[in-house]
Amino acid sequence: MMTRIPILKLRECLIVSIQWELDDQTALAFQEDLLAKLHTTAARGVVLDLTPIDFIDSFIAKVLGDVINMSGLMGAKVVITGIQPAVAITLIELGIRLENVVTALDLENGLEKLERELED
Amino acid sequence: MNLRSSVDIITEWDIVAARQLGRNEAKDVGFGTVDQARITTAISELARNIYLYAGKGNIEIKQIAEGNLKGLQVIASDKGPGIADVRKVMEDGFTTSGGLGAGLPGVKRLMDDFKIETVFGEGTVISATKWLR
Repeated sequence: MMTRIPILKLRECLIVSIQWELDDQTALAFQEDLLAKLHTTAARGVVLDLTPIDFIDSFIAKVLGDVINMSGLMGAKVVITGIQPAVAITLIELGIRLENVVTALDLENGLEKLERELED
Repeated sequence: MNLRSSVDIITEWDIVAARQLGRNEAKDVGFGTVDQARITTAISELARNIYLYAGKGNIEIKQIAEGNLKGLQVIASDKGPGIADVRKVMEDGFTTSGGLGAGLPGVKRLMDDFKIETVFGEGTVISATKWLR
């Protein structure tokens, strides 16, 4: 029943597009898969695109926040892209702050932002 | 008009089932995407609270009407330990689970009406309603 989220490598970056509503197990498996992929590819950055996601609850937000911090520990920067208006509104109303998280409007902007960050 | 449907919350998969049911019902009532997200998120939080704190319970979703107003009511009930200090759980940032679940203040902000009935040692019933504007 559990689906695994594909993780693609492009030059120094990993690209992830989350296409389905995340259940708890898929979210936790993704956390481990992403870190394992960072380890094996030595990628320096990750773009995590959430365009198709139409809601994020506190659990998914915590898993995403954790994976960003964990990636940071492994020396990789994460950019989140494609957060829909409804998702931004509900996250803030729910009281969730994703602090120190780099975001961009879409995948293209996200990759550019990541490449700039990696140059610094 | 009083359409109701419900999901028993026993495993974490039931949290997914409850919020999918909620989203479908919210669409059916005619809520826009932002309110659909609010309702889906609120149901997810309430279902997770049941799973984490009570072990099992039930999420009931009712299409309701009051005069010309249409709305969706979510009733989360369990026979868990109950809440010892309701005022405390309604404070932002209060948690007994190490930060899983954004807590009830968040759910209250996402919905229009919010009511808790809890008896310590017997269980909790939380009712939250969103009105179609």
